[in-house]
Amino acid sequence: MKQGFRLSAAGMRYNGAAVLQNVSLDISGNRLVSIVGPNGAGKSTLLGILAGLRREFDGDCFYEGRSIRKWGRREFARRVSFVPQSLRLEFPFTAEQVVLMGRMPYGDGLFESDEDRAAVDEAMALTDTLAFRHRDFRSLSGGERQRVVLASALAQKPATLLLDEPTSFLDLKHQISIYRILREQCREGLLVIAVTHDLNLAAAFSDRVIVLNRGRVAIDSTPQEAITRESLKEVFAVDARIEPGPEGRPWVVYGN
Amino acid sequence: MGTKPLTTRRLAALIAVSAGVMLAAGALAPLVGAAGVDYRRALAGLSPDHEILFFARLPRVLLALLAGGGLAVAGVLFQALLRDALATPYTLGISTGASLGAVVAICLGWGGWGPLPGTWLSAFAGAGVVLIAVLAVATEGRRMSSFTLLLAGVTINSICMAGIMFLQYLSTFGQSFAIVRWLMGGIEAVDYSVLAWLAAVVAAVVGLLFWKSRDWNLLAVGEDWAAARGVSTARVMLTGYLAGSFLTGSITSLTGPIGFVGLIVPHALRLRLGADHRVLIPCSFFWGAAFLAVCDTLSRTVLSPIEIPVGVTTAILGGPFFIYLLKSRSRAH
Repeated sequence: MKQGFRLSAAGMRYNGAAVLQNVSLDISGNRLVSIVGPNGAGKSTLLGILAGLRREFDGDCFYEGRSIRKWGRREFARRVSFVPQSLRLEFPFTAEQVVLMGRMPYGDGLFESDEDRAAVDEAMALTDTLAFRHRDFRSLSGGERQRVVLASALAQKPATLLLDEPTSFLDLKHQISIYRILREQCREGLLVIAVTHDLNLAAAFSDRVIVLNRGRVAIDSTPQEAITRESLKEVFAVDARIEPGPEGRPWVVYGN
Repeated sequence: MGTKPLTTRRLAALIAVSAGVMLAAGALAPLVGAAGVDYRRALAGLSPDHEILFFARLPRVLLALLAGGGLAVAGVLFQALLRDALATPYTLGISTGASLGAVVAICLGWGGWGPLPGTWLSAFAGAGVVLIAVLAVATEGRRMSSFTLLLAGVTINSICMAGIMFLQYLSTFGQSFAIVRWLMGGIEAVDYSVLAWLAAVVAAVVGLLFWKSRDWNLLAVGEDWAAARGVSTARVMLTGYLAGSFLTGSITSLTGPIGFVGLIVPHALRLRLGADHRVLIPCSFFWGAAFLAVCDTLSRTVLSPIEIPVGVTTAILGGPFFIYLLKSRSRAH
């Protein structure tokens, strides 16, 4: 039984239109995997399948060798956690209460255990969110919220972390700090799969880049091989130059 | 206040204070009224204290406590279920269904069955029909989302409203008066066996919801959010909808629709204590109970011998208080 996902001919349709077609992938190991692609390429759908949130899809998806449809929700939530793109709250939960929700898979009694509290403290320390733990989540800035949501996912103590555009509303500093945390989690043994629109962040931090286009896997390789002048032109319909970045990673330069 | 982590002790303290407030309101309310009542004389069986307390005032106060507490908890529940702070126990049409049932009974002049008035039975049946209808419209296979629930509920609510208007239009002057009085809602002394039945319903539903408080915390954030953390969202939502509707339907059958309790009590408590349902559910029950008992006591005494509809009192008393809470809150920020 190995950590990670195996998709076998996975597909999904919305009202007859295929948003994901015949995707077969093996995603495993303690690595940071980025899923990129233009709007409507099927990135979020794919992530939803991996997260166990979209169960009506064609083909199959296995996690640790077991079909995702056969996992119990609670059991699965102890292995895989999911960071949504944004979180809008109607009610005045504090940052700490949001992070504490990550402990739900570990017991549904009325109170959290000491172990739950320790996991929450650790996750909040890691994401640098302890300073505002008692503040209303809704009063936080976009960057603070994103880190709190990440802390909630880390408090789940998952083996695999899924993220949907984790840096979409963040300034440069916080984009980088989130990816540093993700890299650190990989070193600790996690499999991290992130959907992103930011090719340079994907190139700078990923071990592997999966490029989706019109519901299919167009390229699945290292950042160097996935992010090229040709792929940008073909998949994203953008003319761009690729410069060598740090550590020999590609650096996309837009414009002329 | 709402920012400290929740421990057993803190929860116990909050519940104890809230329960104390409810008990105080429940013990003092029966003493207030045109005729003076003394607990010692009443317990000794002396007339008229005994009759006034045990057959007129106490059942009425007990009904107010159960209805107020139940409506406040139902408000908390529907707000979490629909993720809408403005949802009330009535949003999904249960009480309008009950009202339509009562109106049908009034128009047919149905006297009832045994000791139970026709309006109660018919109202309860109306609530049940709406519960099933909303569920049938809102679910696709085994799936249910708060969005489809809201659409189905609001639509069926409107249909029932139209039914009430139509029947009222056709009714005689006397029937029309009875319909208006029902729609205003009100609390009257009822038989102890009815109170016992209502108490069992309220206790079971509030207890169940309290036990599942953490599930409601997660669902109040989002369905995917809860599902990704191991909550069986479909099952919890269905249980919540059934329990909340049963609670609301049972109360409304006896009292008619009493507005504001289910909206204002949860809101006020959220402002003071935060959004954690482990605190919110039990405290809403106790404060909602106390609030409605106080409002009903004022309703029957302030302009005595004229009674003010209790829904008028809840809004006149609760509205300004709520505005004060909102204002003091925004000043604190």
